[in-house]
Amino acid sequence: MEEKKALFEYLLRLGDDSLILGQRLSEWCGHGPILEEDIAMTNIALDLIGQATNLFEYASSLGVDKRSADELAFVRYEKDYRNLLLVEQENTDFGYTLARQFLFDAFRKPFFEALSQSSDQQLAAIAEKSLKETKYHLQHSSEWMIRLGDGTDESHERIQQAVNQLWAYTEEIFEQDQIDQQLIQAGIAVDLSVIRASWTKQVQAVFSEAGIDLPQNTWQQKGGRQGKHTEHMGYLLAEMQFMQRAYPQMEW
Amino acid sequence: MSQELSIEELEKRFQEKIDAEIKIEPNDWMPDDYRKTLIRQISQHAHSEIVGMLPEGNWITRAPSLRRKAVLLAKVQDEAGHGLYLYSAAETLGADREETIDDLHSGKAKYSSIFNYPTLSWADMGTIGWLVDGAAIMNQVPLCRCSYGPYARAMVRVCKEESFHQRQGFEIVTKLAQGTPEQKEMAQDSLNRWWWPSLMMFGPSDADSQHTAQSMKWKIKRNTNDDLRQQFVDITVPQAELIGLTIPDPDLKWNEERQSYDFGEINWDEFNQVIRGNGPCNKKRIEDRRNAKENGKWVREAALAHAEKRKMKKAV
Ligand SMILES: [Fe+2]
Ligand SMILES: [Fe+2]
Repeated sequence: MEEKKALFEYLLRLGDDSLILGQRLSEWCGHGPILEEDIAMTNIALDLIGQATNLFEYASSLGVDKRSADELAFVRYEKDYRNLLLVEQENTDFGYTLARQFLFDAFRKPFFEALSQSSDQQLAAIAEKSLKETKYHLQHSSEWMIRLGDGTDESHERIQQAVNQLWAYTEEIFEQDQIDQQLIQAGIAVDLSVIRASWTKQVQAVFSEAGIDLPQNTWQQKGGRQGKHTEHMGYLLAEMQFMQRAYPQMEW
Repeated sequence: MSQELSIEELEKRFQEKIDAEIKIEPNDWMPDDYRKTLIRQISQHAHSEIVGMLPEGNWITRAPSLRRKAVLLAKVQDEAGHGLYLYSAAETLGADREETIDDLHSGKAKYSSIFNYPTLSWADMGTIGWLVDGAAIMNQVPLCRCSYGPYARAMVRVCKEESFHQRQGFEIVTKLAQGTPEQKEMAQDSLNRWWWPSLMMFGPSDADSQHTAQSMKWKIKRNTNDDLRQQFVDITVPQAELIGLTIPDPDLKWNEERQSYDFGEINWDEFNQVIRGNGPCNKKRIEDRRNAKENGKWVREAALAHAEKRKMKKAV
């Protein structure tokens, strides 16, 4: 594949992860369990939407096609979104939301660390900025995992349950295909097999402090990177795309 | 320090301080009614910020562009921050935050009635910023000089952000008013729905306002409701004209003699109904806040339990 096209695909994957998780988190705004936490979750949502914006703007500027950043974000069909299945999972409760966030942050931190060394200057710059945010996100979600795991019997049970359910979406994080391989060779993309150890270490450390058992199930769900999503995705997009679909081709 | 001052003497000295524009601080002596009035007003204000997150929060997941989504998230987050400062200001007077919030949930405490109206289109995100934050600024700028120090200082921070919100809101409406016919219609429809409720935000007419006179003497309040409402109309009408929208008031007319706009009669029956809980969204708003608190109970308990365990471990 032409390198520009591969990079475009790669940017969509990263942008979609940020966008879809940001969209999910923003559903909490006004409904958080404590005011301080409402503010914190909104902050993380804002960072994620900001990352998505940077990534889509870069993708758009490559000139692979004529779509703007907003068109990339809002007017693709479901099967053209490339995000991990993990990030589209429903909020369910604060425990699920936090477990989802933690499993993702623990991946995103070493990922952006590595990506900030990318030979692609612009991508490296986006990664560096995102890394600063992600460090805070990971600290926040790790602390909550520990609080919930260690807190009360109820919170322990809830967070363990959330982890068990979401575990099926973790293997997918480290899947790589030809696009990854091509861009890794060009020094642009991150080799996910290299950062996996760092993810595992962080997850084990936090689980152990929180008293959360590592799930034993080996069954895994995959397909997000190929556009095969879970049933939740359609509803998320119906809401997110509502304005762009109902009032096409307008500026806001 | 003389310990044996009579209540009359304390009250006299208190009023002298107020008259001399000296700020009252949390540990200063103050009349019970002054404290009660402030607690009522500040917590009502805090509740308004928090309940006010809901109508706009309603559109975050449907915002039409990445930029608009981010700006709206940031705005609603600012409102949460305002709620926090204000609950803290109320706490300096001895009002417990959680108890205050329970009063909101039980219906004992009030909040601004404007937030009981529904947000039905994207244009409402513009109109709320423009009119509702705009009206809030009018109400709040004088509060920056309120006699109670912590409230006045909180208001200085809040007002800066509110004027930012007002400009962003006006920008959204302007973009729509200059957009396609559908967008322009969306903007006009939104203005039609929010204009009158915005005028009601200044509260009942002075003749019917229970609290105005005493509050003005204590410099908790500096202007009357009707004065502020008039100011708001005079500033807002030209803005609507500038972007080609029509204020939904057939009686609206420039009064050359007063150098001010005359405007139509406010529907106070509607106002009173909404205050009594019969607005379109009263039940939903309170239910949402109550659910947030109830669903978050296990989370708060976990945080507390964990903090306790940690303390015990450290102590060992
Ligand atoms: Fe506010
Ligand atoms: Fe505001």
